[in-house]
Amino acid sequence: MSILAWTWIIVGLSFALYIGIAIWAKAKTTGDFYVAAKQVHPVLNGMATGADWMSAASFISMAGMIAFLGRDGAMYLMGWTGGYVLLAMLLAPYLRKYGKYTVPMFVGERYYSQSARVVAVMCAIFVSFTYVAGQMRGVGVVFSRFLEVDINVGVMFGMAIVFFYAVLGGMKGITYTQVAQYCVLIIAYLIPAIFISIMLTGNPVPQLGYGSSLSENGMALLGTDGGYLLDKLNGLHQELGLAAYTGRGGQSMIDVFMITFALMVGTAGLPHIIIRFFTTPTIKGARSSAGWALLFIAILYTTAPAVAAFAKLNLIRTVQNKTYAEAPSWFKNWEKTGLLAWKDKNNDGKIQFAKGEAFKGKIAFAKDEAGKVMTGKFGERVVSTPVVDSANELYIDRDIMVLANPEIAKLPAWVIALVAAGGLAAALSTAAGLLLVIASAVSHDLIKNVMAPNTTEKAELMYARIAAGGAVLVAGYFGIHPPGFVAQVVAFAFGLAASSFFPVIIMGIFWKRATKEGAMLGMISGILFTAAYIIYFKFVNPSANVAQNWLWGISPEGIGTIGMVINFVVMYGVSKFTKEPPQHVQDMVGSLRFPRDVK
Amino acid sequence: MVTKETQVAYWKENLTYIVILLGIWFVVSYLFGIILADFMDGFKVAGFPLGFWFANQGSEVTFVILIAVYVKLMNKLDQKYDVHER
Repeated sequence: MSILAWTWIIVGLSFALYIGIAIWAKAKTTGDFYVAAKQVHPVLNGMATGADWMSAASFISMAGMIAFLGRDGAMYLMGWTGGYVLLAMLLAPYLRKYGKYTVPMFVGERYYSQSARVVAVMCAIFVSFTYVAGQMRGVGVVFSRFLEVDINVGVMFGMAIVFFYAVLGGMKGITYTQVAQYCVLIIAYLIPAIFISIMLTGNPVPQLGYGSSLSENGMALLGTDGGYLLDKLNGLHQELGLAAYTGRGGQSMIDVFMITFALMVGTAGLPHIIIRFFTTPTIKGARSSAGWALLFIAILYTTAPAVAAFAKLNLIRTVQNKTYAEAPSWFKNWEKTGLLAWKDKNNDGKIQFAKGEAFKGKIAFAKDEAGKVMTGKFGERVVSTPVVDSANELYIDRDIMVLANPEIAKLPAWVIALVAAGGLAAALSTAAGLLLVIASAVSHDLIKNVMAPNTTEKAELMYARIAAGGAVLVAGYFGIHPPGFVAQVVAFAFGLAASSFFPVIIMGIFWKRATKEGAMLGMISGILFTAAYIIYFKFVNPSANVAQNWLWGISPEGIGTIGMVINFVVMYGVSKFTKEPPQHVQDMVGSLRFPRDVK
Repeated sequence: MVTKETQVAYWKENLTYIVILLGIWFVVSYLFGIILADFMDGFKVAGFPLGFWFANQGSEVTFVILIAVYVKLMNKLDQKYDVHER
């Protein structure tokens, strides 16, 4: 059976599974819809959180980023896992004790202020939409690459399926589909990694395999002598004039530090992650659930550096100084998608990978008058993109490191199909979690609490469904017409969460004296600073976005850390000089700290 | 009997755990994985330079262990001060 047929079958089966779960887990009350009736087992909630968290970026792009950034790439690995330690110790158990449905609701009640709540709603909606647009695009991209349909048709497919289970099942439907999606995506990620690890090192555990020495088989495949795999990789990098694979990348230490920190506190401040901990039956469960979530995430995140190292080694050894005719078949397959391109700059007929960019800008292939892609004298596609004056002849999209992995390892067609289903599972599960945040912010925080407090339970559930449906449509629109800045605004989502929600929630729990005025001014100054910095360097004056111009050498991706500090300082100072919170609020904060209320 | 004093003691012990565990959290990621990484790379375990390993995998594994330890400690603490859920 062909790869395409396998892909349709496996993707079709996984979709059928998600729909089946949605029908089984239909939400009957608003409690079901917002927090799955607080009946989700901590282990299952951990899996659901894992799928919620791991997006198309984690699944498809992360290994590639690590493969090309040297040790600096690990800031994503640490940054996107370290936040769970903060969640488990500083947020999850206390917010679960609070027990209500949304993050803005906590902010509003803790700071006894509707305006604080509305500010929080706006942040939650902005952060979530920023994120969800990228996910929908990811669904379209996976569809177009593996199922050979138009990207927009892929987005529609994705919308239809998310619409079905998010609108019908709310949090309950989303949770159980996310559990299934976690299983699909982790299997899809691990199988190719395990096979490649065995092939190259004989070690079936990829996490350890990439630190092992090459096996006989691996040496034969790569045509090298023996030794540790990472030493080989460093040696090859040296030969090609690249910085050592395991050494420092191009970023300054302070920037790596700040970005890692912003990602960690941003993770802990993202509403779609926080609300997952509202669904466990107990406070004990909320704590352990954060541990399970991180364990399930770490299984993928510790495999990613192995995938990166294997793929980079394979790539260099199978391609470097080979003629186009000698290049492996996956090289030609992925060339068709524009994720890979080669131009024989030095006219020696061989492929050379070296330091620096090969081409300037997005890859495009030259076409003849009939619209057919032209091929050069070796059969390679002719690149029309202007070249950069460098020895590097090869453009490699970083996503290839994961997408082409099964082909590089010569795995059967069904494994390739599984990777497609895994990528879809990662994108869909994250999209659904984000849509729920938007839906509950609109129906619960805006309609029920600000606009029409007399709304009945039944009507509220209907509004929640309508809001979820509307959010799917808006997300789909952004998926089909992606604003050029999707990649830029991811920094925004984390920076904003780090500089707004995180300090406000932490102070709300750990300091009874934090006042309404402190929280409002803290949030506003944190957000304004962070947003202004990012907007200036990303949109207003992108050409100035270089290290010399940055404040203390901190890039826009890492500035959320400073925004967070500003928020904390302002909140502390203002709270000291304003009237202390009313007694009932202080009592509430007190009761958050104890799993069982004691008089 | 749960009194005001025991409540304060419970909260203090919780905060102590958090400070110690977050201290380790900081050391494995920010110290070993970033600030001291070049120095740590001088040591090798199997084929891994140690700084590289802490940045790529060591911190993540430690994070999981830290949460597990915190969960265990807090479950005990809840029992000790009789504030556990029934």
